[in-house]
Amino acid sequence: MNSIILLSVLGLGNLFLGFRRSNRLLLPVMMLILGGILTVNFLDWGSTQSFFNGMLTIDNFSVAFTGIVLLTALVLIPFSQKYVLDGEANLAEYYSLLLFSLVGAIMLVSYNHLLMLFLGIEILSVAMYVLAGSDKRNLRSNEAALKYFLMGAFFTGILLFGMALLYGATGTFVLSEISFAVQNPAPGFESLKPMLYIGMLLMLIGIGFKVSAAPFHFWTPDVYEGTPTFFAAFMSTIVKTAGFAAFLKLLVQAFPAANAQGIWLPTLTAMCVLTLLIGNVGAVAQTSIKRMLAYSSISHAGYLLIALVAYNGQLEGASANGILFYSLAYSVATVAAFGVVKLVADARQREDYNGLNGLAKTNPLLAFSLTVSMLSLAGIPLTGGFFGKFFVFSAAVENGYIGLVVFAVVMSMVSIYYYLRPIIAMYMRDTDATTNEVVPVTTFQAGALLLLAALTVLLGVLPGLVAGVL
Amino acid sequence: MNPNIPEVIQTVPLQYYVFFAAALFSIGVLGVLTRRNAIIIFMCVELMLNAVNVLLTAFSAYRADPNGQIFVFFIMAVAAAEVAVGLAIIVMIYRNLQNTDVNLLNRLKF
Repeated sequence: MNSIILLSVLGLGNLFLGFRRSNRLLLPVMMLILGGILTVNFLDWGSTQSFFNGMLTIDNFSVAFTGIVLLTALVLIPFSQKYVLDGEANLAEYYSLLLFSLVGAIMLVSYNHLLMLFLGIEILSVAMYVLAGSDKRNLRSNEAALKYFLMGAFFTGILLFGMALLYGATGTFVLSEISFAVQNPAPGFESLKPMLYIGMLLMLIGIGFKVSAAPFHFWTPDVYEGTPTFFAAFMSTIVKTAGFAAFLKLLVQAFPAANAQGIWLPTLTAMCVLTLLIGNVGAVAQTSIKRMLAYSSISHAGYLLIALVAYNGQLEGASANGILFYSLAYSVATVAAFGVVKLVADARQREDYNGLNGLAKTNPLLAFSLTVSMLSLAGIPLTGGFFGKFFVFSAAVENGYIGLVVFAVVMSMVSIYYYLRPIIAMYMRDTDATTNEVVPVTTFQAGALLLLAALTVLLGVLPGLVAGVL
Repeated sequence: MNPNIPEVIQTVPLQYYVFFAAALFSIGVLGVLTRRNAIIIFMCVELMLNAVNVLLTAFSAYRADPNGQIFVFFIMAVAAAEVAVGLAIIVMIYRNLQNTDVNLLNRLKF
């Protein structure tokens, strides 16, 4: 709760820094704010508190996911330094919108009432609609913003219709009461079962869109490609982490009953298989790294859906831990990948694989960092991504989803092909006229990249640091 | 039915509200899927949100439970915020393209 208050207040304070046009001050201030809130957040560890009449619950689950979200934002901020150096006029507004959207993410990981789920999704999304279109004169950014906005608003409508039907069938918005009402319908309301099931499916569709699960993924590549890279990194890490935490909470706390599982489990399994297939096969065909990363984020949504399918009945169970570890490993690797792609694209004005040619010679640090993150995303041992997949798959095997795991392993072999392409371009191709200059990297950015690479390796060598904390 | 519910509300059966809201929602969905003008698509989205509001209010009245009506206030407030952002994005597109036809937006593709 402290982090929500601090983020809102400091976000407003940040806007006032914009009046002074002091861009140079903004970056260190943002990092201080996020670092401070990250520390404050962990003060709540180990206690369970309720706010707003029980509509928000801060417990270990929400503290852990808030930690991931804030850490991701903290290491992402240095990559916006080009805006500072270019004297971007609206930088304070962008940073404030980022802080406000983090409030939405925290609400999503700690909601206990469907109203907070709705508000969290909207606070997160509305800020993202604006940021997607922040490159105002670039038509591709405009298009990304309009597509994201129209699709996002449409699926919010579907999510809300689901919530309304659910409310009609159960008479409550509180997660635990929904779970009770699903098992024991109130007298006179037994005939409302179809309404309940339709409501549940519509809610799955609404949240499935936000985490870009197939078949509701079609916006992802277009939006990520058009959005300025810095904000695309934000979308693919923070929105996804918060979205999956919200998804898990909904399924575990509101729909654990056997009759409800009979509806969402097959739906989710089908979504999971489709997401893995479309994400991995789609990524193979791409020529732009940003689009490849967009498809990669779809495919990782598929692996996270396996953890949802394999959940074993409680929030502190193996699958919550699996999602926590996976989100952390994925966020760390993805931030590094988007960061390097942004730096290279800013310097060389190209986003295809060949733009990376010879990067190992001109910028060994960037090449090393991108290599570590690609290996982690592919799930190679000694990186965080390997144990992320390991935990998710083992949770699924324990609960008897062998076929699903076999399919996922085959798909992750496919993924090695497209994750190795940037590495080959960097280390084995020679530079040409457009790619022989050194890409400028500032101290902050180098520090962030080293930290991310160290975290990825640390998670791969000592997974016990994070695994099993819930 | 719950005795707390005033008789005047019960004169219209609950199903009628559900059918009405579902019809309104479907018109909105069809509009989003078939129309090509960004502003009309956006109006259809608003229609979907209002269908939800009708449904929530009806359920709230029939269950004699105020939660649903409070939810409606939040939906209206958030929808207003969305309108502000959405119209700004559409104006931005119009400035660059002199048009708001979504078919013109085809720069991002395979």
